Amino acid sequence: MKIILNNTDEYFQAESMSISDLLKIKNFTFKMLVIKVNGKLVKNELRDSTFLKDGDNVTVLHLISGG
Amino acid sequence: MTFERIKEILNTKKVGIAGCGGLGSNCAVALARTGIGTLVIADFDVIVMGNLNRQYYFFNQLGYIKVHALKENIKKINPQVHVISYDKKLTPPEIVHIFGDCDVIVEAFDMAEMKKMIIETVQTEMPDKPLVIGLGMAGYGRNDLIKSRNIGNLYICGDEVSEISEDMPPLAPRVGIVAHMQANQVIEILLDSHE
Repeated sequence: MKIILNNTDEYFQAESMSISDLLKIKNFTFKMLVIKVNGKLVKNELRDSTFLKDGDNVTVLHLISGG
Repeated sequence: MTFERIKEILNTKKVGIAGCGGLGSNCAVALARTGIGTLVIADFDVIVMGNLNRQYYFFNQLGYIKVHALKENIKKINPQVHVISYDKKLTPPEIVHIFGDCDVIVEAFDMAEMKKMIIETVQTEMPDKPLVIGLGMAGYGRNDLIKSRNIGNLYICGDEVSEISEDMPPLAPRVGIVAHMQANQVIEILLDSHE
C-alpha cells in the first residue's frame, strides 16, 4: 500500500496497518505527537484501532517545547 | 489593500491568544499595532527576570500578573483595542468557553504537552476554527530554517526542530520572528476570509 506520510509517498508491504503499526515501522518513538489522517485528528487512544488504507494522507507532527 | 482598509476590517475581528510568554506577548502587540478589534489573552504566570530576554514586558513589571501587564502594555500602544484577559491555566473546556467566539486562535504555550492539548481540543471541539501554532524557535541564527505551513486550518510557524534546552535557550530574535509570523498568519487568515 502507498501512504502519503508528511507529504512524501511511502510504500509498505502490509495490506493494512494501524496508526500504531505505522509509528512502529517508521520508528517514531517521540512521545508528543499529533497525528492527522486525511486532515482528521486521531487521538492517542485511537491509534490501535485506526487503520490506514491505500492513498491515505498522514501527517505526524512532532510537538516540541518553546514559546 | 490600504492600511485604513486593513484596520477597518481587523477592527471587527476577535483573536484568542493562549499563553502570554515569548510568543503570545509579542504576537499580541503586533496584532494590536495592526488594529485588531478584540484580543482575548490567557496565561497563569507572573513576570520574572528570566522572561525579559524575549517577552514584551518591562523591568518595572517584575512580579506582575502577565495578562494584566500585557493588557497595560497593549493599551499604551493602541488604546482602541478591546482586551479581555484571563489569569488562569487553561483546560480543554475553558479553551472552548473563552475562545469559542474568536475568529482565530493563536497557540503560544511553551510546554509541548500544552501545545498538544490545545491542538487536540480545537481540532476536536471546534474543527472549523483556524489555529496558528508556534513550533520550534529555540537558539539563535539559522534564519533559513524558520518557515510556515498549514494542514487544513492548522497553521504551523517555526523550524519544527529546535526545542528549548540548557544549550538551546529561547532568545528574543528567533522567538520574536515566530511570534510575528503567527501574527502575520492571523492577519492573512482574517483578511482573506473577509473577501
